[in-house]
Amino acid sequence: MRYLPLNDADRRSMLGVIGAGSIDDLFADVPAEARLDGPIAGLPLHASELSVERHMAALSGRNMAAGSVPFFLGAGAYRHHIPASVDHLIQRGEFLTAYTPYQPEIAQGTLQMLFEFQTQVARLYGCDVANASMYDGSTACWEAVGMARRVTKRSKALIAGGLHPHYASVARTMSKYTGDTLVEMTPNPLADEGAALIAAIDGETSCVVVQYPDIFGRVTDLRPLAEAAHAAGALLIAVVTEPVALGLIEAPGAMGADIVVGEGQSIGVGLQFGGPYLGLFACKDKYVRQMPGRLCGQSVDATGRRAYVLTLSTREQHIRREKATSNICTNSGLCALAFSIHMSLLGEAGLRQLAVINHARATAAAAALNAVLGVTVASGPFFNEFRITLNADAREVARTLATRGILCGVPLGRLYPDRADLANDLLVTATETTSDADIAVLCTALGELLS
Amino acid sequence: MSMDETFTGNHALMLEEPLIFEIGASDRTGVDFDLAAVATDELAGLLRTAPIGLPGLSESEVVRHYTRLSRQNYAIDLGLFPLGSCTMKHNPRLNEKVARMPGFADIHPLQPQSTVQGAFGVIDELAHWLITLTGMQAVAMSPKAGAHGELCGILCIKAALEARGEDRRVILVPESAHGTNPATAAFAGFAVESIPATSEGRVDVAALKARLGPDVAGVMITNPNTCGLFERDMKAISNAVHGVGGYVYCDGANFNAIVGRVRPGDLGIDAMHINLHKTFSTPHGGGGPGSGPVVLSAALAPFAPLPFVERQGERFVLIEEETAADHHAQSFGRMCAFHGQMGMFTRALAYILSHGADGLRQVAEDAVLNANYILRSLEDVLDAPFAHSGPCMHEALFSDAGLAEGFTTIDVAKGMIDEGYHPMTVYFPLVVHGAMLVEPTETESKTALDQFIGALRSVALRAKQGDPSLKSAPHFSPRSRVDEVLAARQPVLVWREDRAGE
Repeated sequence: MRYLPLNDADRRSMLGVIGAGSIDDLFADVPAEARLDGPIAGLPLHASELSVERHMAALSGRNMAAGSVPFFLGAGAYRHHIPASVDHLIQRGEFLTAYTPYQPEIAQGTLQMLFEFQTQVARLYGCDVANASMYDGSTACWEAVGMARRVTKRSKALIAGGLHPHYASVARTMSKYTGDTLVEMTPNPLADEGAALIAAIDGETSCVVVQYPDIFGRVTDLRPLAEAAHAAGALLIAVVTEPVALGLIEAPGAMGADIVVGEGQSIGVGLQFGGPYLGLFACKDKYVRQMPGRLCGQSVDATGRRAYVLTLSTREQHIRREKATSNICTNSGLCALAFSIHMSLLGEAGLRQLAVINHARATAAAAALNAVLGVTVASGPFFNEFRITLNADAREVARTLATRGILCGVPLGRLYPDRADLANDLLVTATETTSDADIAVLCTALGELLS
Repeated sequence: MSMDETFTGNHALMLEEPLIFEIGASDRTGVDFDLAAVATDELAGLLRTAPIGLPGLSESEVVRHYTRLSRQNYAIDLGLFPLGSCTMKHNPRLNEKVARMPGFADIHPLQPQSTVQGAFGVIDELAHWLITLTGMQAVAMSPKAGAHGELCGILCIKAALEARGEDRRVILVPESAHGTNPATAAFAGFAVESIPATSEGRVDVAALKARLGPDVAGVMITNPNTCGLFERDMKAISNAVHGVGGYVYCDGANFNAIVGRVRPGDLGIDAMHINLHKTFSTPHGGGGPGSGPVVLSAALAPFAPLPFVERQGERFVLIEEETAADHHAQSFGRMCAFHGQMGMFTRALAYILSHGADGLRQVAEDAVLNANYILRSLEDVLDAPFAHSGPCMHEALFSDAGLAEGFTTIDVAKGMIDEGYHPMTVYFPLVVHGAMLVEPTETESKTALDQFIGALRSVALRAKQGDPSLKSAPHFSPRSRVDEVLAARQPVLVWREDRAGE
C-alpha cells in the first residue's frame, strides 16, 4: 500500500523488540466479542491512485460547475476569481501539513501569517482586534451572541430579519441549550427594519444582530442602530457575509458595531459546496478577553528578536476546560492563509477596485433584468446582490433554467420554505466573474420562460 | 561582527521576513482587472472614505513573502510529527487533486439539487463508509470539526432526553479527557463531574458506576483513551450507563488506532465524532479546517441535525428546511450554514477508497505497532507510567519522573526541536506529571522511527544528566524560546504604524 512504509520484515523485527508474538497480541485489551478477525465485509478493498481518481472524477462530472455556465448565486457564498498564486502557496507542504502552532519556535510561518491576517481582518471590519478565525460565518455569528452575553451579563438577543436564515437557524439551535432568549424579527424585504429594531431594544437586550449588506442585498446605515443599542447598554453585532463589499461601503466597526463577524470565503476560498469556509471575528479592544477562538500575539524570543506566539489561551478549552469561553479548538487556518494571501495581492487599491467592479456588474445585471417582462427588481441601494420578483415560483424557474445550463440565483423559497409571500422572489448576484454575455443569456431565458 | 551575526539577520537558507505592513503599500496591487471603475452614486452616504490600511504587494513579492514564511514552519512533509492525540500522518496529494476537481471545488451550496447529484453522492458514499466502519446506525455529516462534532453528539443526547421528558443535568467525564469534552458539556448547559483514573491509566469503573443515577445524562469517554490505552471495560460501562437511562458519548479522536479492527458500535456507543483531519488524513493546515462527522446509534439518530443527504431511488435528496417538514421532525436543528465540510469529504473519501477495508485495518495495525515499538525502545530511559498496563494503542505515554532537578518536559520538547523534530504532545493528559504523549502514526518507516528513538533517547539522557544547554534549547530554530508571559500581559494582536519598531 502506497501510504504505508513498513514491510513484513520490519513488522516482524519490531514485534521482536516489543516482545509480542503477533499484531493480534497488541490488541489483547480489546474484548473478544468486539474483535474483528478480517477486513469488514461489504466494503471494497484498496485501490490504485488511477482508479480512485477515475471514481472521483465520475462523481465530480455529475455536478454542474459554476464556472461552466452563466452563474448568479450568492446568499452567503460568492464566486470570485482567485489568483493562481493563492492556491499554489497554500499547497506549500510547510503550511498545508503543519499543526496548530503550539511550538512557536518552529511555527513562525503560520504565526506571522495569523498576525497579519488578524490585522487585515480588524482593518477590513473597522475594529481594534480580530482572532485567528472560526469555522465559518454562521458559527462565528452564534459565538458573538454568546460573547455579548458574557460582556453584558444579559441573555436576550435581538435578531434582525435581514440575517441569513441559516445563521439565524444556528443561533436558534444553540440558544435552546444555553438559555439565551432570541427575539427574532420577521424577515421583510419590503420595509426597512431599522426603526422596528430600535423599538425592540430594551434594558434586557444583550445584543442586536444585524447583517450588512443583509440577506436581501440591502445596504443600510448602521449608525442609528448602534446609538440605540449603546444607549440601552446592549452591543451591536454586525454580520458580513460578503467581505468584498467592505472595499466600497463603510466598515461596520466605524459605524459603531462592537463585534463584527462574518464569512471570509469570498476572498481566497472557493465555493466548495459550502465548506470549508472561514469565520471572521473582530471586536473592540476592551472585549478581547471575552473573545472565543485562538489569538496570535507579538512577543520576543530569548535573544530579543520579534516573534509571534498563541496568546490569551486562558480563555480556551485546553486550559480552562468547562470554564472556557467556547469549546472551539480547530480554526480555519488554511482558509485564513488563503484569505490573507489574496488580500495581500489585492491590497487596498485592488480591494477597492474589485468592490467597485462587483457593484458595477450587479448594477448592469439589475438594469438588464428590469427590462425583462415578468421581472421586477427591488428598489434601494445594494452592493453585488439584489432581490427580484418574478411572475412565477422562483424555485420552479431556477430548476427549469438549470436544465438549460443557467444557474440563475437563489430562490428565497429555498431559504424561507414557509413564506408563500416570498415564493416568487429570487436573489441574484453578480461579481467580477459575471460577463455581459452571462447577463444577456439570463435575461433572454427568463424572458422566454416568464412571458 | 561576531560569527553568527550578519548584515541582514539571515543565516544562509534561514531567511528573516518582515510583515506585509512593512513591505507593502496601499497603492500597490498584485491583481490586474479588465474592467474600469464606475460611479457608485446610489450608495452615497454609505461609502467608505477613510483609508483602510491594507497593504498590497506585487505577485512576485507575495510569492516570496509566503514562501519565506512557510520555511519557518515544521510540517509532516519535513519529518515525523509525533503529536499525541493529533494523528499527524502523511497527507496524500491525490486528495488535494480530487478536492480541486471543478465539480467539487466550484459548486455553490444552494444550486438546484439536480445539478449537484455527484456532490450528494460523495457525502452518501463517505457516510456509508463511516457508518460501516463504526458499526453505527446513522451519521451527521455537517459538524465542522471535532469539538463541533462533540457538541452535535451532546445536543443529540439532550434532545433525546427532552423527548423522554427528562431533565438530567450531569455529564461524567474522565479526568484524562481532552479539554473540549468538559467545555462542550458545559456549553450545552450540563454540570461536568470528573471520574478518576485507575493506577493503570483506565477509567475507574467502580467509581463511575457508583456515581451513576437518574441525574446523569451520560458519559463522555475517549477510547482508546488519552493515556494511549484501550478501555477494556467499555462495553460494561455502556451497559451500566444505559441501565440508568443515560447515553454514551465516545470521543473518536483516537479512532486511528482501531479503524478496521474494532467497531465502536459493538461497544455500546451512542455517539462518536470522527476527526476526518486525523484518522482520514485531511491536512491540518496549520490549525484547520477540520471536519467532525458524528456517527449515531439508533437511539440518537432521530435527533440528528439538518441537513443530511438521503437516497430516494436513483437520486439523492438533501433533507433541509424546505424538504424536512414531513419527516425528521425530532431533529435538534441546524449547526452551521450549508452542508458541512465538502472539501474535507472529497479528500477523506479519496483516502478511504485508496486504503479500502483491508488497508484501513493495516493502518490501525501499523499505527499501534509503531507506538509500541517507541514505548518499548524508550521505557528504559524515560518513565512510562502505564508500561505495565499492557500494550499501548497508537500512542506512547511518558512522564518527567527521573529527569534531573530543575529539568522538565518542556526542556525535552525544546531539545527535540534542535534534533529536527516537532515535539510530542506535552503536559497532556493531565493525569500524568509532565506528560509526553508520542503518536508516530502508521506512515513512518522503521528507519524514521529508529532515528527518532535515537534522538529522544539522547535528549532524555541529557535531561537526566542535567545538561545546562538543554535549558536554553532550541538553539538552531528560526527563533529561540518565545516569551509567552509578555505576549499575554501586554497583548499585541494587530500591527499598528505607531508601534512600528517596538
